[in-house]
Amino acid sequence: MRLAGDSGDGIQLMGSQFAVSTALSGRDFATFPDYPAEIRAPAGTTFGVSAYQINLGGEPITTAGDAPDVLVAFNPAALKVSLPLLHPGAVIVLNNDSFTARNLTKAGYDDDPRDGNTLDQFQVVTADISHLNFEAVRSFGLSKSESGRCKNFWTLGLLLWMFDRQLEPVEAWIRRRLAGKPTMRDANIAALHAGHAFGETAELSASLPQVSVETAQMAPGEYRSVTGAEALALGIAAAGELAERPVLFCSYPITPSSPLLHRLTRLQELGVGTFQAEDEIAAICAAIGASYGGMIGVTSSSGPGIALKTEAMGLAVSAELPLLIVNWQRGGPSTGLPTKTEQSDLYQAVYGRNADTPMPVLAAGSSGECFDMAVEGIRVAMRHMTPVILLVDGYLSNASEPWLIPVIESLAPIESRPVPELTGDSNPEMLAYQRDPASLGRPWITPGMPGLVHRTGGLEKDYVSGHISYDPDNHQRMTEFRQAKVDAVAGFIPDQAIELGDDSGDIVVVGWGSTYGPIYQAARRTGASFVHLRHIHPLPPNLGELLARYDKVLVPEMNNGQLATLLRDKLGIQPISFCKVSGQPFLISELAGRIETERKGSAS
Amino acid sequence: MNEQLTARDFATSQEVRWCPGCGDYAILKTVTRALADVGAKPESTVFVSGIGCASRFPYYVETYGFHTIHGRAPAVATGLKLANPELDVWVVTGDGDGLSIGGNHLLHTLRRNVGLKILLFNNEIYGLTKGQYSPTSRTGTVSPSSPAGSVDTPVSPGQFALGAGARFFARAIDTDKVGLGNVLRQAHAFDGASFTEIFQNCIVYNEDVFAAFTDRKNAADSQLHLKHGEPMLFGENNGKGIRFNPQTYAFDVVDAAESPGDVLVHDEKNAVLARLLIDLQLPVALGIIYRQPAEAFESAFYAHHPTRMRRTKSVADFIRGPNSWTVE
Ligand SMILES: Cc1ncc(C[n+]2csc(CCOP(=O)(O)OP(=O)(O)O)c2C)c(N)n1
Ligand code: SF4
Ligand SMILES: [Mg+2]
Repeated sequence: MRLAGDSGDGIQLMGSQFAVSTALSGRDFATFPDYPAEIRAPAGTTFGVSAYQINLGGEPITTAGDAPDVLVAFNPAALKVSLPLLHPGAVIVLNNDSFTARNLTKAGYDDDPRDGNTLDQFQVVTADISHLNFEAVRSFGLSKSESGRCKNFWTLGLLLWMFDRQLEPVEAWIRRRLAGKPTMRDANIAALHAGHAFGETAELSASLPQVSVETAQMAPGEYRSVTGAEALALGIAAAGELAERPVLFCSYPITPSSPLLHRLTRLQELGVGTFQAEDEIAAICAAIGASYGGMIGVTSSSGPGIALKTEAMGLAVSAELPLLIVNWQRGGPSTGLPTKTEQSDLYQAVYGRNADTPMPVLAAGSSGECFDMAVEGIRVAMRHMTPVILLVDGYLSNASEPWLIPVIESLAPIESRPVPELTGDSNPEMLAYQRDPASLGRPWITPGMPGLVHRTGGLEKDYVSGHISYDPDNHQRMTEFRQAKVDAVAGFIPDQAIELGDDSGDIVVVGWGSTYGPIYQAARRTGASFVHLRHIHPLPPNLGELLARYDKVLVPEMNNGQLATLLRDKLGIQPISFCKVSGQPFLISELAGRIETERKGSAS
Repeated sequence: MNEQLTARDFATSQEVRWCPGCGDYAILKTVTRALADVGAKPESTVFVSGIGCASRFPYYVETYGFHTIHGRAPAVATGLKLANPELDVWVVTGDGDGLSIGGNHLLHTLRRNVGLKILLFNNEIYGLTKGQYSPTSRTGTVSPSSPAGSVDTPVSPGQFALGAGARFFARAIDTDKVGLGNVLRQAHAFDGASFTEIFQNCIVYNEDVFAAFTDRKNAADSQLHLKHGEPMLFGENNGKGIRFNPQTYAFDVVDAAESPGDVLVHDEKNAVLARLLIDLQLPVALGIIYRQPAEAFESAFYAHHPTRMRRTKSVADFIRGPNSWTVE
């Protein structure tokens, strides 16, 4: 992280306080104070920029880092000087109030960098920091310059919120340091709290790339930086292209799902329409209506909204309609921790519907992988004529990472069972339910097609004719058929591969979702094997046999043990759960530590 | 296949499962006749419904049909209409389905003016679940869930619709072939959301709730059949008329022969008039009460979509983003 501004901005103080809070949160760090050459360089100039760089992380750190992932720039000059240093996808916090025409000129900017696309590859957070800070300390009767000096603590408060650090240690430090100046002490504490409150109210959360892959290790090819929402939006559009159908995305705003809606509204030339519905239920129902009408219906939400959509998912299962439902998982229950990430909706996705209502469930492991899983989700939905749930860990929505740009031409077309040819004596009602023997997907017959007129809905249907049926044997058959259809997905997916390590041994770590990064690093460090699941339901067919080759199966999850339950249920194995539900990603060191502990346990 | 279909061509092979004597039968008959009259094509007509006795309707019409979930038919139909605006999409709902569990969707569908032909079968009761009071039940309705009489104030479907911004509101009686048939043809022709309240007799759980005005014996004195641009006359030989009373801000009944100058002329574009007509108790206003067309949602949706939902570029044109770099 790099903090940069004028010498008078209190950058060094702020940096050292952040370092203290980093140490207290159990992370290692190294710092690099970067002062301007002049003692009192002219304010607002590039050579007057004072900076403080800190490298923080879960594993031993020996340098202050080459390319910062976070930049706090108090003025345009600080931005200008620091920008070339940053990693693509870095978080940039800017003080809007300092972006005056005069300061821009002093920094040598012809145009305001906040407009245009200079900052496109970063996660930019802007706030009127000077102004908000001034308001926060107004009641203390300070002079203008005294008020201004509290700005660094306002910003520190914001950073502490964004990185989920405690306020208390910093507050205690202010009390000690300014014990003799009670007004300044209280004003700084007020500013610290105000900045923190601002982050909370604005629901800001920063997501640092989990794994900083060194350039040397990256496969050759063309890269860009991408957030989960961007990749998922592109994946949905790509699936439409591969299926040669328009897409209708229907949703109701909720954190952290909304960025996907925002992204898709900008992809209209790719045959994507967006509909902001009146509520979560209307959103999925409109998506079902769109699918019924022949477009690819997609909806998205996070846990609470997915709960509301549940009944309609049953309708899509019953009517055998394709649909993609994206769940950006956040902390719960109820409103829970809207800005914090979790993996706690796995039960909801796999088991969480009334009746026997199985649905395929997929999960994306990184921002870039959101693209692949969106394509895969729509492929499964159309092949099997079923709704599909895609689980994404919430913070991936805004988290950028370097992404090897996929080659669209290399992706297979997406198809559903062809609509049957009409012959003189064909019964249209029966044609609608003539399913493919392998995928069990029915032909996608849509209103407007002549000669195929039929009725469908949520009442139990006769397996053959689709007519309403209360026949007991038919219901048995339909229940088994719906399960068999979801099971059939397993026949179309590749065998589970081992991400890292030996194909048998003392321990394998099994993960899903965004824990990919830290598990990968921890496995590499410890030599444990690593299996990462993208298909959650059904599981890849060889998974049971694969995991049986290890003495221990360790399952780290950001929930209370949901994948472990699934593995017990589906494979009959006894995995070891390692759960973390703090709203924070796993640290490499804690995973590596646990792997070593389990190993020692086996040895004794 | 489309040389002049008859009402019979719109009947399905399904056995109709409503109670004998239920008003839904009469509605079904008039709807299939209206479909034949307007030259509807079975393959481009869709009936979407929620849940309830009324919502069984799609199974009995030989068109595409989607029996969805309780209250959500307007939302499903909105997605369908966006996917294919060429379709004639009808929504069949009940007073519980449309105004209780699905009230929110109805509100927003009407305000957006989605091109759906919405038929609300109002029997002032939950028929399918065996007779509990509904949001349109009158205060004091005795039912299995309100043995001492319901205490809720009922919602007026017409006032609800106008309040939501509906552009077409009409009313008809289930057994009135002529009145209902006319309203259905007009609803079909309307570009935007048309909302029709049909007074439907539930012979089992709420028999004759509408008898005060549906009874043929008193029909002349209790029904006001509206026609745009014509005086509001009713009663034997059209002897009675409706006038506006400026003292009470409400309608009065006057002797049409005595004060012909006082009798109001129906103006279906006047929302204030429509609101007063909706509240008129006896006679009850029937026919097209309000019609004021505006651009349908699906037209606006496509008009504002830069490519009208067509793919004019490839993902490959977008996927690089503003800044990409190459690793050798
Ligand atoms: C989610 C849900 N809740 C409750 C029901 C039970 N239910 C079915 S129909 C109905 C009421 C129907 O009343 P109305 O819409 O007036 O239709 P009618 O049967 O009177 O035609 C209810 C409560 C249901 N099917 N789904
Ligand atoms: S319960 Fe009432 S509304 Fe339902 S079918 Fe019977 S008579 Fe008709
Ligand atoms: Mg009813």
